[in-house]
Amino acid sequence: MAHILELRNVSRSYGGNKVVDGVSLEIEQGTLFSLLGPSGCGKTTTLRMVAGFDQPESGEIILAGKPIAHLRPYERNVSTVFQNYALFPHLSVRDNIEFGLRRKRASDIDKRVREMLELVQLTGKEQRLPAQLSGGERQRVALARSLVLAPDVLLLDEPLSALDPILRKQVRTELQALQRRVGITFLMVTHDQEEALVLSDQIAVMNGGRIEQVGTPQGIYMTPRTRFVAGFLGAVNWIDGIGVRPEAVRMARSNPRTGSRSRPATIETLRFLGNCVHIESRLANGEKVVCETAFDHEPFTPGEPVHVWWNVSDELRFQQ
Amino acid sequence: MSRLRTLFLLPGAVTMVLLFAVPLAIVFIYSLLTRGAYFGLGPPWTLDNYARVWDPLYAGVLWRSLVEAGLASFICLVLGFPLALFISQAGPRKNLYLNLVMLPFWTSFLVRLYAWIFLLRDTGLVNTVLQNLGLIHEPLPMLYNDGAVMLGLVYGHLPFMVLPLYATLERLDRNLLEASADLGARPWTTLALVTLPLCRPGIIAGTVLVFIPALGAYLVPDLLGGGKSIMIGNVVQNQFTTARDWPFGAALSFAVMAVVLILMAVLARRGGEDLA
Repeated sequence: MAHILELRNVSRSYGGNKVVDGVSLEIEQGTLFSLLGPSGCGKTTTLRMVAGFDQPESGEIILAGKPIAHLRPYERNVSTVFQNYALFPHLSVRDNIEFGLRRKRASDIDKRVREMLELVQLTGKEQRLPAQLSGGERQRVALARSLVLAPDVLLLDEPLSALDPILRKQVRTELQALQRRVGITFLMVTHDQEEALVLSDQIAVMNGGRIEQVGTPQGIYMTPRTRFVAGFLGAVNWIDGIGVRPEAVRMARSNPRTGSRSRPATIETLRFLGNCVHIESRLANGEKVVCETAFDHEPFTPGEPVHVWWNVSDELRFQQ
Repeated sequence: MSRLRTLFLLPGAVTMVLLFAVPLAIVFIYSLLTRGAYFGLGPPWTLDNYARVWDPLYAGVLWRSLVEAGLASFICLVLGFPLALFISQAGPRKNLYLNLVMLPFWTSFLVRLYAWIFLLRDTGLVNTVLQNLGLIHEPLPMLYNDGAVMLGLVYGHLPFMVLPLYATLERLDRNLLEASADLGARPWTTLALVTLPLCRPGIIAGTVLVFIPALGAYLVPDLLGGGKSIMIGNVVQNQFTTARDWPFGAALSFAVMAVVLILMAVLARRGGEDLA
């Protein structure tokens, strides 16, 4: 497999504090790769080092087979979509999109800009200033401005966080479709596990400056390597040290069938979430167990004794 | 609430009316009167004073003052922009550097101009040192000429350029500069295509703040020009003192004011929102 981007043992610290600590990654050509983690985990610093806004203290970054860690941002064939988009406020949509092409003295600027405007559906809005656009349109200008340069890797810093929640889900789908269409490798930073799971081909979960796990969305969700990864990607019930996700837990009034594990518990609360119900119960040892299930026609009542059960095959299996 | 607001407005409004609007009105009335035989002024009403402003002698000084104030603004911009850029990127030392820019204001402008005289005159520090080093045999003529006046104008007004420029640069979104580099622009290109255009409000504010006082300057041309390189401020001052022609002095003042207002109107039309 051809790796378009490779990070080899990259580290960076600020004032004695290691923000990025020996990160190694291999990103395949044409994929959508996410760096996922809580704020302060080093994901943005990692992205900035690939862009060239920050320099690693040690390690190497290899883009399309060539080391680039020593190059200035304007010497690297990567491009960034900033969290606030960073569109030039004094330039029209067209001038924003042309900006990079003019710096590179590209020959067929008009044609490439026209194609790009079509691709992001902004034809007819070329003359507008960024302030005259909606949030979604601004994001598309930012994407167009970078994509028109056909970078080896497109870097996206929390690309959806500036949008309102309703728009976010729609743009999420569009973003993925766009990536598939242009075939350019996307490296995206996000703290939103759902966003990462839905969009990515591969996810690297970061914590404390280190990579905790790299894998497909399914792989890291089903077989997390650490408790941190398990917890960061979704809710986990810890029952006697065994991890089970709420959607794999069931509640029953009678003792369940064999081939599964069960514990006696007492119902505490029922929460209606619209598309599902969260049933919270407590085990004899005081541990809380949440069960996520479809709407129940014979609902449990608080205080009712039940059996919490799950299939052995649904237990989270840690790799180490 | 609205009564309290009126009350808060009162001190400032009274001060402006009594100390600005009323004297201005008086000077305007002066400009329409005739000078007295020995001193003072009186009727009849006339527009002759304004007609005399067009006399090539005075119009020439006014034109030269405009050019000099414009040049001083430009030099302040060229010197002040890199300085403001440097300060805006100086991190925790910003406040120290800003205070250094303001430091000259701690002493009287008059005293500072005399200090320049001590430096620049034929027997001054610079000429003495250069002569003792054997680099020159004759003192360099550095005082009482156009160059000295320009030096004084730039020196006196530089902070008024640096501060608004700094304020704009400070607010400039760093991401925009990174985006520019990211899209392939080298630092000088980023400066020309992103930083400078986005700095326009600061450039306009700084230019206005330097140009207007520089146009009316009389201390600098008086002390560093030594009467050989006069500006319109000196002519006005002269009319009110030695020439004892108050009506003409008043008319000249209003002519300068009119020029400033016209220039401001042109600027406001070209970048209205920026002046706010």
